[in-house]
Amino acid sequence: MVPISHYLMVSVILFCIGVVGVFIRRNAIVIFMCIELMLNAANLAFIAFARHLNSMDGQIFVFFVMTVAAAEAAVGLGIMVALYRNRGTINVDDINLMKW
Amino acid sequence: MEALLFYGFAAIMVVSSLLMVLGKNPVHSALFLVLTFFCLAGVYLLLNAQFIAAVQVIVYAGAIMVLFLFVIMLLNLEQEVSSQSGHLLQKVSAVVLSLLLAVSLGSVMTSQVFTGQKGAYSIERVNAVGNSEVIGRLLFTDFLLPFEITSVLLLAAMVGAVILAKKKL
Repeated sequence: MVPISHYLMVSVILFCIGVVGVFIRRNAIVIFMCIELMLNAANLAFIAFARHLNSMDGQIFVFFVMTVAAAEAAVGLGIMVALYRNRGTINVDDINLMKW
Repeated sequence: MEALLFYGFAAIMVVSSLLMVLGKNPVHSALFLVLTFFCLAGVYLLLNAQFIAAVQVIVYAGAIMVLFLFVIMLLNLEQEVSSQSGHLLQKVSAVVLSLLLAVSLGSVMTSQVFTGQKGAYSIERVNAVGNSEVIGRLLFTDFLLPFEITSVLLLAAMVGAVILAKKKL
């Protein structure tokens, strides 16, 4: 029986890899993929606690997190398509219209 | 057996997500993320969340990542131009800070003993009826309001995505 702290440690590692990805990468779509990785790390923590505490609330919440992530992915990728159409690039370094 | 499967899945997940973050080609990154999602679904099965594991494969790996790959192919992105000016300090400090975050969160997660009032849905009770039936029953009784609001959210997201991608409004 694997203790719950091991599941949570894997969740923390995945989350921090996602954080590194958001800071390091310059491609907006890859940044978005790292955000999805962070969401999945949180999902893993939810399910680990749901099993540990004999509760189904964690699994229901993961269901809603997945739904919200799907909606967010659709809208975010629509934004990126519009951005590419208007700016010609998806590199976040070049989208600096508001920089002083 | 459960420990062996969990550590195997966890190792593949961590390596695959590292390769996703560090790879140059966005298509490679997307495929490594798909592998991460499959391993995560395997871990969900080990945690007695069969419905969530199936939804993870169908929705995340099967719909969201396919959408990502469509957009990557549509925009016809070439490989990232690496080594732009003045970014090394930013990258190093990002890695150091996220290591700090990992250490601080990890110390909390491993040192605590997580006690809490145990809920009513023990593994035997859930498996007697089936995981999907328990989730379905809860979604339509206790969690009905979030369920209905989520449908409105999905409608809004669909309308928004169509409007954002139109050429002429």
